[in-house]
Amino acid sequence: MSIPSSVQYNEDPSPPQPKMNAKKKRSFITVKRAPYLFLLPAIVLFIIFTVYPIIYSFLLSFQTNAEAGRVFVGLDNYIRLFQDRLFYESLANTFIILIFQLPIMLGLAVVLATILNAGFIKLKGFFRVSFFAPAVTSLVAASIIFLLLLNRDYGIVNYLLSMIGMDAIGWLSDPFWAKVSLILVTTWRWTGYNMVIILAGLQNIPSNLYEAASIDGANKIRQFFSITIPQLKPVILFAAIVSTIGTLQLFDEPYTLTNGGPINATTTITMYLYRNGFEYFDFGYGSAIAYVIVILIALLSFIQFKWAGVTK
Amino acid sequence: MINQRMVRQILLYSLLIIGVIVTIGPLYWTIVGATNPSGETLRIPPNFVPGTHLIDNLQNLLASVDIWQSLINSIIITVIYTLLAGFISTAAGFAFAKYTFKGKEAIFLMFLISMMVPYQALVIPQFELFANLGLLDTYSAIILPQLAYPFAIFLMRQNMQSIPDSLIEAARIDGASEFYIFIKIGLPTMVPAIAAVSIFLFTHQWNNFLWPLIALISEEKYTLPVALATIAGQRSIDYGQLMLGAVISILPIFLMFLFLQRYFISGIIGGAVKE
Repeated sequence: MSIPSSVQYNEDPSPPQPKMNAKKKRSFITVKRAPYLFLLPAIVLFIIFTVYPIIYSFLLSFQTNAEAGRVFVGLDNYIRLFQDRLFYESLANTFIILIFQLPIMLGLAVVLATILNAGFIKLKGFFRVSFFAPAVTSLVAASIIFLLLLNRDYGIVNYLLSMIGMDAIGWLSDPFWAKVSLILVTTWRWTGYNMVIILAGLQNIPSNLYEAASIDGANKIRQFFSITIPQLKPVILFAAIVSTIGTLQLFDEPYTLTNGGPINATTTITMYLYRNGFEYFDFGYGSAIAYVIVILIALLSFIQFKWAGVTK
Repeated sequence: MINQRMVRQILLYSLLIIGVIVTIGPLYWTIVGATNPSGETLRIPPNFVPGTHLIDNLQNLLASVDIWQSLINSIIITVIYTLLAGFISTAAGFAFAKYTFKGKEAIFLMFLISMMVPYQALVIPQFELFANLGLLDTYSAIILPQLAYPFAIFLMRQNMQSIPDSLIEAARIDGASEFYIFIKIGLPTMVPAIAAVSIFLFTHQWNNFLWPLIALISEEKYTLPVALATIAGQRSIDYGQLMLGAVISILPIFLMFLFLQRYFISGIIGGAVKE
């Protein structure tokens, strides 16, 4: 029995006539129509709830509230945005968190994954489950837990610090430490998630690479930097892009943990969008902020692709 | 030589154990807090022993928010969402993986690009859309927007490519309809992948916060994260009830994770490593 490829089928739209139950009429769902029918629900929903909002949001970003409803104001929202000190501040907050959090988290994830991948470690399953556990807790619940852990006067973290003779830190009340707190929560929540991705990447590295290196006399540290890291590059890139997109959208944690404060130190760009859209009901301005986020994400993903030297 | 190896092992194990304390510790401490009076939660030195105050905390919690209603809302929304979105992405993934058709690349690219668009960019127009449809403050408002979830479609496509073409061809020759092939060959061979994607969708919706916060207005419609954030935002917080609320929102998905961890993990790995 020959097996025609699907390409051949495309050229010949009528499937072979059924031999065994020839009496059955050819159904409405032909090979040619079937993929469209299978895609139909996804496409219809996607157009209504994603494509339409993307276009609508773009149009909204050129409008503003007026007495008679919304009116087109050209680039006014964007001009206002570029003169808005708070917008710059929220942008800066987001990027400060991104720049420190991303390398710390990915570094930790690579280290943990490498240890767990070592042959002699026992109880691998237990460690993997433990490290991944934070990734299933809701961000709101995670933020609430840290709200209490980081309490200035009664929190465990300050208690532990006091045991090594350090002064209490205003984790949530000091503008600097509030950012650190956000970095702590997001790192706690996401390191295990990235570790699992990297662990899978590690297991895909052919073991003969290491064998050859051992024969050449390269030690473990050397092997880590000249085999593991280069081989992991695509996986780390994937994790970096996903995490960057996630951090640029940071909302649940600052909303619950600090509500953007103190003095806007943790107001992220998404929180600023939420405020303008759903506290001041300035949908036009909110949409302009949304489009800036879209452009930033596209730009950063592009840069990361280039930087990693991936061509496609 | 043996000594050096032992030192290294001890070092690595200590690192792993510190990791476990940091990741699991806060979760354990939340359970401790949920069973103790508010004053015990924040105490110097800290308390790590579960108490007997669970029922009191539950009563306090129920006095400030109907947490059972929120739990029911979360369950209904998440289950319906997972079933529908799971089916939709499986069907779409099957079409992308096993058929050649006009516009395939363009449609797939459209889904891929949309993965870059942050959800926040869609929130404002979706709010107006649902307001115009009269669907704000309903379950549908939370279920509908992300039913066609590009990442899930992408994962299903990746996985379904491994269905052997010969199996499908043989069924066609036997006169099976395309729909029959999808149900009888596509679905059964893909059970692990479907489970992984479904769990991904379930977790995503269970923890969904920004959109429910915007679209749900009345308290009896709140999902767990929205209800939790509401209690956390109250002026005088009772920590016992807050911790209990956190436990109630974490526990169902955590148990699910313990039993189905293989699928949880293959759900995320699928996008990263499979080429």
